[in-house]
This record gives sequence, structure tokens and C-alpha cells, in this order.
Amino acid sequence: MSGEMNPILECRNLSKKYNHQTYALNDLSLSLGRGQIVGLLGPNGSGKTTLIKLINGLLIPSGGSVLIDGMAPGVDTKKLISYLPERSYLDDSMKVKDIIHYFTDFYENFHADKAYEMLADLEISPEARMRTLSKGTKEKVQLILVMSREAKLYILDEPIGGVDPAARDYILHTILSNYSEDATILLSTHLIHDIENVLDHVLFLQNGRLVLNASVDDIRMEQQKSVDILFREVFRC
Amino acid sequence: MPWELDNDRPIYLQLMERIQQDIVSGVYHAGDKLPSVRDLAIDAAVNPNTMQKALSELERSGLLHSRRTSGRFITEDETMLQELRDRLADRHIHDFMEKMKQLGFREDETLKKIQDAIKEEQ
Repeated sequence: MSGEMNPILECRNLSKKYNHQTYALNDLSLSLGRGQIVGLLGPNGSGKTTLIKLINGLLIPSGGSVLIDGMAPGVDTKKLISYLPERSYLDDSMKVKDIIHYFTDFYENFHADKAYEMLADLEISPEARMRTLSKGTKEKVQLILVMSREAKLYILDEPIGGVDPAARDYILHTILSNYSEDATILLSTHLIHDIENVLDHVLFLQNGRLVLNASVDDIRMEQQKSVDILFREVFRC
Repeated sequence: MPWELDNDRPIYLQLMERIQQDIVSGVYHAGDKLPSVRDLAIDAAVNPNTMQKALSELERSGLLHSRRTSGRFITEDETMLQELRDRLADRHIHDFMEKMKQLGFREDETLKKIQDAIKEEQ
């Protein structure tokens, strides 16, 4: 639960400008407590991936600051964050078990036994080469790798995009059963309907601005509608 | 299977209702230990904090009580369980009466319908 401890993520007046004029992110301030699952929602081009890249130190802010556990993005914060990028960075010629070996070497907080357990649950062979796997299965392998790290902040960029509904259920199950209670998960998705029951909190981004920051049950209580329906109203084309 | 939840009402309220329902219908018995928050949340496919809130509310109502280290238990107060059962029945009847009203039935017509249905089932 959030509270006495300092927030795991804090953004203060965070901005990112491209080409000196277009704001990808505009004056965004927010604070995420520990032990929460937070949905980062918004249409394409609203700034979700820009925010995620700023948190991971892959982009430099044009203004304002981002702090992870009180620290600016850097070597120390990379140990605290387990990040699932939108696109795969894994070498297609590698076998699943080789990647697990690689992760074990690379991250001291990676638990190979946990990864093997999840692979078995999803009936993915550790002997399979990445290139032979379907798009959905590759996504599952990546999620398994990310969730097998013991992190304080998990950042999942579109984790359920490419998989079928049954696998989606399993992925949500995997997320729910594998994060530690004081860790926070920040998860971006288009598929709100499938995921809103597992979220504490949602952030709506529109044209680089934070337009809503509220708990799922507060939204339901006040509006008598789901986050999914509210989203469709806010972002009606 | 994830629990079936409506999408226009707060989730924690629906979790409370579902657990109350499970208590009345005998899935759990008086004095039973409830599964952990995490296990219930995974079973329902909901956020653990939301499940925690539902259980805390049920605890406040007296239906559940927690023992510091050993978990949460269903009350053994039979009067309270009987009251819960009555309350759930009242809610179903209220909802039913509302729907019948919307369909244009007067109360006496609704009562007749119920009596006919009971006769048919016997």
C-alpha cells in the first residue's frame, strides 16, 4: 500500500518536446505509490511510450523531472525497474533457455526457476528458438522474462496486444500472481475492458497531457460506468 | 474462471456481494477460514488491493474476523448469518419487484404470477 514510504515514481512538470515545437508530453505531474497496478491509457500518439521511455532513461526530458524511488534515471534505477518494451529486443536466433541464461547473468534479481515454471505453465519449450515462435508466444516469453525479475517497478508497454483472449487471461493471472506486494506495475494498453478489474488506478493521456488520474472504483462510483466506457467518451473520434 | 462482474458498479462492492453470496449458499461455512487475499484476487481476476478493501469492509460489518497471524474467518454468529440471508433475499425481491413494475404489472398481478409459478414447479 502507498503511504509512509516515498513514491516509487514521481514526475514533476515533466515535458518532452520533439523538433523544438511538438510536445509529446506536456507538463505532466504525477506520483505513484507502492503496491499498485496502474493503467496508462490513451490513444496512439498520446504520449504513453514517451513517458515510459523517459522513466527508463531512454529519452532526456525537455523540462521538469522524473524520479524513481527518489533517484533520476540511471544505472541504479535500472536495477529497480523491470521493463517490457513495446517491441522485442531479443535475438531471434537464440533459444529460450539461452535467453534465460543470459538474463540470469545480466540481472542479479532475475529468478530462472520462476521463468521455467511459467514457461511450463504456458507450454513453451525452453529448447525452442525465438524465431520459430508465433508473435503471441514471443510476447509471452518476454513477459515471463520481465515478471521473473524481482523489481520495485514493472513497466509493461502493451503486454497483451498480440495474444488471444485465453492467453490474455493467463497473462493477467501471471501478472497478478508474480509481482511482490510492495511492487508497482505501470501498464499501458488499448484493451481496457480486458484489464480494468486488475487495475487500482488509471491515468488517461491525451495529446501529451494527463487528463485523468483516478481509482477505478472511484470512477465507477462517481460516473456509474466502466473505465472502458469513460475512455470511449473522453476519446471519441 | 474469473468472477462475473458488472462493469458499471464499483468492483469492491461486487466482491463483497459475491463473498456474502458464497457464505449464504454454503460455499463457506460458519467459522471457515477464507483463502488469502492474493489467492482470492487471483481467483476473481481482480486487483489484490480491491479484494483487500472488500474483505476489510466485510470485517467491519462483523461477517468476517481476522486473527492476527492465521488469517480471516467467517463469523460463527448464526444470528448474523441468518440476517445476512434475509437481507440478500430482500434485495432479490426488491430487484424483482422493480422489474415487474417496469413490465407494467401491479402488485396483485405480480403476486398471482408468483403463486402460479410455484404451483407449476410443484
